[in-house]
Amino acid sequence: MTDALGRARSVLVLGGGSDIGLAIAGRLVARGTRRVVLAGRHPQAMAERARDLQVAGADVATIPFDAADIGAHEKTIAAAFADFGDFDVVVLAFGVLGDQSAFEQEPAAAGLAVVVNYAGAVSAGLAVAKQLRAQGRGRLVVLSSVAGQRARRDNFVYGSSKAGLDAFALGLSEALRGSGAGVLIVRPGFVRTKMTAGRPPAPFTSSSEDVAAAVEDALDREATAVWVPAKLRWVFLVLRLLPQPLFRRVAARSARGEHQ
Amino acid sequence: MPGEEAAAGSAPQLLTGWGRTSPSACDVVHPQHAAEVRAALQTAPPRGGIARGLGRSYGDAAQNGGGLVLDCTGLRSIGSVSGEGLVTVGGGAPLDDLSQAVVPQGWFIPVSPGTRFVTVGGAIAADVHGKNHHRDGSFCRHVTSMTLALPSGEVCTVTPEDGAELFWATAGGMGLTGVVVQATIRLLPVQSRFLLVDTNRTRDLDETMALMEQGDEAYRYSVAWLDLTSRRSPGRGVLTRGDHAPATALPASSRSRALDYRPRTRLAAPPWAPPWLVNRLSVRTFNEVWFRKAPAERRAELQSIEAFFYPLDAAAAWNRVYGRRGFLQYQCVVPFGAEETLRHIVSKLAAAPAAPALTVLKRFGEASPSPLSFPIPGWTLAVDFPAARGSGLDAVLDECDRLVVDAGGRVYLAKDARMRQDLLRLMYPHLDEWRKIVRRVDPHRRLASDLDRRLDLTGTRRARKQG
Ligand SMILES: Cc1cc2nc3c(=O)[nH]c(=O)nc-3n(C[C@H](O)[C@H](O)[C@H](O)COP(=O)(O)OP(=O)(O)OC[C@H]3O[C@@H](n4cnc5c(N)ncnc54)[C@H](O)[C@@H]3O)c2cc1C
Ligand SMILES: NC(=O)c1ccc[n+]([C@@H]2O[C@H](COP(=O)([O-])OP(=O)(O)OC[C@H]3O[C@@H](n4cnc5c(N)ncnc54)[C@H](OP(=O)(O)O)[C@@H]3O)[C@@H](O)[C@H]2O)c1
Repeated sequence: MTDALGRARSVLVLGGGSDIGLAIAGRLVARGTRRVVLAGRHPQAMAERARDLQVAGADVATIPFDAADIGAHEKTIAAAFADFGDFDVVVLAFGVLGDQSAFEQEPAAAGLAVVVNYAGAVSAGLAVAKQLRAQGRGRLVVLSSVAGQRARRDNFVYGSSKAGLDAFALGLSEALRGSGAGVLIVRPGFVRTKMTAGRPPAPFTSSSEDVAAAVEDALDREATAVWVPAKLRWVFLVLRLLPQPLFRRVAARSARGEHQ
Repeated sequence: MPGEEAAAGSAPQLLTGWGRTSPSACDVVHPQHAAEVRAALQTAPPRGGIARGLGRSYGDAAQNGGGLVLDCTGLRSIGSVSGEGLVTVGGGAPLDDLSQAVVPQGWFIPVSPGTRFVTVGGAIAADVHGKNHHRDGSFCRHVTSMTLALPSGEVCTVTPEDGAELFWATAGGMGLTGVVVQATIRLLPVQSRFLLVDTNRTRDLDETMALMEQGDEAYRYSVAWLDLTSRRSPGRGVLTRGDHAPATALPASSRSRALDYRPRTRLAAPPWAPPWLVNRLSVRTFNEVWFRKAPAERRAELQSIEAFFYPLDAAAAWNRVYGRRGFLQYQCVVPFGAEETLRHIVSKLAAAPAAPALTVLKRFGEASPSPLSFPIPGWTLAVDFPAARGSGLDAVLDECDRLVVDAGGRVYLAKDARMRQDLLRLMYPHLDEWRKIVRRVDPHRRLASDLDRRLDLTGTRRARKQG
């Protein structure tokens, strides 16, 4: 149970090897979370990265989970709740960035990325929502992205998948009103993680820890959405309204490598 | 069919305790008879059911996210008082109704918590204490029999002699052994609706404690209000002690109305308050006024039952002044001899990163035979705080828990909303005895609450898989 001071007792991370997901778990463990379950494709690698959480006092378990295997989501997620008990926070952290020009050469690869980022997130998100409804409480933290706010020429496959995810998460948040459960949508800009490794940092760059701190604070405030850094909210309020030719120019200027 | 919708159950309801923190959605039913309680328990969903009274516990004891909540306030019958002062009442009867029924006949409830809006079932499930604990013990000491609807569907009556194990496991058992549908209580004879009260204003914590140590035994009731926000003398306070006034203490003109007890609620807190309303400055100002208003010393003042026992009830829904985030109460007890620990805790709480609002200190007497009952002989301190998330208040309270445990004390489950699970066993050394009884009466875990899940009170909620 998330207690009166906002401390979550147990947390499930879908995409348990995610830098951002692990940073969020770390933040919550420092606050008092006792159980973390990491769900992902590489249990061994996740277990290794879970050491810090264990040192900080959490029981960590790993379970196999593939975001692309949509047919298995409901069962896998129901089993996690049955085996480990209620979760106060579930983080939907999996995602692939991919390479826009490669996608354009290989449309099937683009389709698969979108399956993970969007279709997989929809089925996993709904499966989690079912469980949260059944326990009458809990928060689903969805890693969206500012890339979904307005797709750019150099990231529109990824951007469109995040646009779909963001719209889905907003709708789910509405659907869960009154259920005791809720959704937090996280919209980071460029974050230095293994996903963006090798790409030159863009304006408004942040770290996994920055995202985790913002998520912790947003959970405390019971916010529906949080931007990291916060000022991106206002930046995108403007960017979304720009006429396309103008947006093209702004995007080109900032696209010295921005791929979030 | 028109009845179908009702039978299928209405929409889940978001419930919290008095602190208005940690809501969860529960299906609420309103049984009117023991038979309906039985039926509800037997058809409880997989997440089980839990009884709820007037929701005056501060945390998550009377809610059950995703499960069933039995609002017991329909079980409010009040029988007639026997010659020896025994009265049989429904498990959902408010102590307020009970005292309004019995005071005019010259009786009073044997133990009063700081609000009259708690039910008999809630008073039993938390084994509540009053200002007379040092003399009269906790509520269940004055219960001569309880009728329980057990999770098995059986209804049984237990007394301290017959079925003593289940009787004492239910006392302080936080609703997890069964639903109290009826109880018989031994009342206290009184001659008036007034008390004779002595008041002392104290300079600091040491003086407050010294006065209580010296004089408490001479009084039935004793409690100290403390000011933790005073910079010069944290722990200064106002000590009030007294006993029921004999009719002869009243002016002759009002003796005929000596038992004319009709408590009223005068004010109501606004439905909405900003979360910052209760802050260090506002609390300090309030405390300063309260402290100055109290006489340095006054003897044998006549105070009404409601003024003496239930000053907070004068304002309805006062819990809303803390705003949307709600508030919590930290109540612990440390054994006599651990006065150093108590001072240490007081200084920690005074310096906490949230304003220590209402603070109360009192001395407990003998513990009851209940394995989970809170009171043990010692000092009990209760402090209200705004539920300031991310402020560091959680760490300060964790540190206090440690001090409490190291001194052999504990935290009150009826108030708790944030304790860490691993300390439970250290605070309640008879936990395993209690769990054994729970496993016997409820092998399929039909009873469950958020409190139970948060602290794994019943010891049945450990993860099936380990990492
Ligand atoms: C202003 C204020 C002052 C207080 N002062 C004191 C005090 O001085 N001393 C003290 O000890 N406590 C005090 N309390 C706490 C309060 O007395 C207890 O929390 C009490 O249990 C509340 O009773 P309730 O009917 O509101 O029960 P709820 O809060 O609704 O439920 C509390 C517990 O009782 C169980 N329960 C309720 N009804 C039944 C039933 N019929 N059968 C079985 N279990 C049941 C619930 O499952 C739950 O575990 C105070 C609370 C407030 C708000
Ligand atoms: N980094 C940024 O700039 C940025 C900005 C905005 C939003 N985000 C979003 O934040 C989330 C976390 O990203 P991150 O930065 O922490 O990157 P990351 O470390 O690369 O994490 C992404 C995780 O997704 C997992 N994953 C990918 N495909 C999967 C599949 N089919 N099944 C299960 N897991 C799969 C990966 O697991 P493997 O280890 O098995 O590959 C990886 O652990 C993502 O949704 C990302 O889109 C990131």
